[in-house]
Amino acid sequence: MSAADLVTSTPARRGPGHSRTTRIVIYGLLLLFALVYLVPLLVMVMTSLKPLDEVTGGNMFAFPRHLTFAPWSMAWGEARIGVSDTRGISGYFFNSVKMVVPAVLISTLLGALNGYVLTKWSFPGHKLVFGMMLFACFIPFQSVIIPMAVILGMLGRTGVDLADLTGWSFGLGNATVNLVIVHVIYGLGFTTLFFRNYYAAFPSELVKAAMIDGASFFQIFRRILLPNSTPIIIVTVIYQFTNIWNDFLFGSTFAAGDTAPMTVALNNLVNTSTGVVEYNVNMAAAIIAAAPTLLVYVVAGRYFVRGLMAGAVKG
Amino acid sequence: MATLEISSLRKRFGTIEVLKGIDISLEKGGFLVLVGPSGCGKSTLLNTIAGLEGISSGEIRIGGAVVNDLHPSKRDIAMVFQSYALYPNMSVAENIGFGMEMRGVPRSERDKAVASVAKTLQIEHLLSRRPSQLSGGQRQRVAMGRALVRRPSVFLFDEPLSNLDAKLRVDMRVEIKRLHQTTGTTIVYVTHDQIEAMTLATKIAVLKNGELQQVGSPSEIYNRPANMFVADFMGSPAMNLLEGTVMQADGQQQIALARKEASSIVVPVPASADAARLKNNAKVIFGIRPEAVNDDESMDRNARSVVRFDASVEIIEPAGSDTYVVVRVAGREVTARMRADADVRLGQPHTFAFNLDKAVLFDPATTLRI
Repeated sequence: MSAADLVTSTPARRGPGHSRTTRIVIYGLLLLFALVYLVPLLVMVMTSLKPLDEVTGGNMFAFPRHLTFAPWSMAWGEARIGVSDTRGISGYFFNSVKMVVPAVLISTLLGALNGYVLTKWSFPGHKLVFGMMLFACFIPFQSVIIPMAVILGMLGRTGVDLADLTGWSFGLGNATVNLVIVHVIYGLGFTTLFFRNYYAAFPSELVKAAMIDGASFFQIFRRILLPNSTPIIIVTVIYQFTNIWNDFLFGSTFAAGDTAPMTVALNNLVNTSTGVVEYNVNMAAAIIAAAPTLLVYVVAGRYFVRGLMAGAVKG
Repeated sequence: MATLEISSLRKRFGTIEVLKGIDISLEKGGFLVLVGPSGCGKSTLLNTIAGLEGISSGEIRIGGAVVNDLHPSKRDIAMVFQSYALYPNMSVAENIGFGMEMRGVPRSERDKAVASVAKTLQIEHLLSRRPSQLSGGQRQRVAMGRALVRRPSVFLFDEPLSNLDAKLRVDMRVEIKRLHQTTGTTIVYVTHDQIEAMTLATKIAVLKNGELQQVGSPSEIYNRPANMFVADFMGSPAMNLLEGTVMQADGQQQIALARKEASSIVVPVPASADAARLKNNAKVIFGIRPEAVNDDESMDRNARSVVRFDASVEIIEPAGSDTYVVVRVAGREVTARMRADADVRLGQPHTFAFNLDKAVLFDPATTLRI
């Protein structure tokens, strides 16, 4: 046995992280927690694939005996949402999509622009401005509802005036537009924080070189900074997408009836008190509501972890 | 008319003045090196020339036109950065062509210019690569290519070699010198490395705390430093500085270097000094370069004024081509640069000789050369 073998093998046998019992404990705990998180999803999927009598009469953990996709099509197209609507959650799903996509894109882009200005074109007082934007991250949702309602009311009246004047309200007063505005403003603190920290570690010499090359403020942003921001863009998009898609409070406050987002519709579906509670339909609707965020994590999750690390180490 | 003229330039950050009235001019085809210790303001000066930082007062002219308020891209300059600042999302060709793209030069013309610069720098085979796929030396070349392609009236280099390893640095130094000689460009170059300054420059400006210490040709700076700071900063190993006293002996002014351990070394006033300004018994600083401290065998045969002295050897540093020998004179260490096979032994006395043709005197009160 050579000296090198001795050096590498001895700690492997004695090291605390490598003993058999420790490994069993670690993996056992990991498995346990994975189960704790996965069991509800499993129950949801199984329940959504059972007919109603099997749900009410049988075991929650039993596999479906008569596999059926009827609850899914019910939830999507026919379920009763609230009192009068019997067209399922599909319309509300697209309400959410129409709200989430512009809100995520606009808040991410503005956050990137803010981060760019705060780090590469810093002005006197930029630290104070950033501090105040950071403060926005800590303001609880509930406390901004009433001021926000007042402002949205004013915007709505402006929309009516504009419609009288030009024949088009420019979207002001529209519930989906209102939610986009609310989420963009509320998300700006977070997106600015993400991008500012990322761009603080971005070499300023690149910006200077581009200036000498004759690139303008926006050309530098679009050609130099944005193409080199992929990790932080992914982090921001995932974060914003999840938050905005899952938001219930703003959705239920500022969008009523047909214009409500998915989360509000799901609540209305589950809370409908007429007739029997159709658990299988509720479960299918809940899975549909959670699907987009799950999909985003599955597709971009590893970039999310990588991006968070990059920000943590450099920022 | 000079290509670059800087007059009474001042730059303040808040209440701190980092450039305190700089006056420099550079002729067409000149190579100006700004050198000084870190924090002396040399990079700030370069940034003000580039327009990346504003100035508080004064004037910068490039090609006769005042550029004080012009945007960096309108100043007819190009800059090579310390970190190269290559755009990581673009290929080498796109990096070199980016400036032209921003100025709206048509694609065919751009490609032609990129190809010709790539040929000059021998990076044709790298054009489609990304900066992350290049070695340090290759990145350096691409950064130079990006500057060259603009054909500016002034090139600015901000410590371009400090990120390279020692061997590559020497190669690239030769490369830059060759580029300057073949293309006849006008260059302003910032470095803290005084060897780079000496080898590259046609004109050196030594800065300290935002003030110009001396501007001159490399040989002026080296042989006739304006003050003790320049004498000490330029040259490696540094110039030996010894305390001496002016005295009258044999009807002539002489400089006595007092020694506790042995009798004083008495040297005549060096030819470089203005003897009329020396008063008897005044203290002076006697400065002599290590290569002018030697022994009889390897003393310069053309030396006109030589003074010998005995001293014991404290440290021997063989450097391959030379051997540096440290001895103690008048309480100070004196480094002698001797030939590699010099017969010196540690702790043994040896006869050394000062070549006074190369010596200078400073006033200890003002630190200026006499």
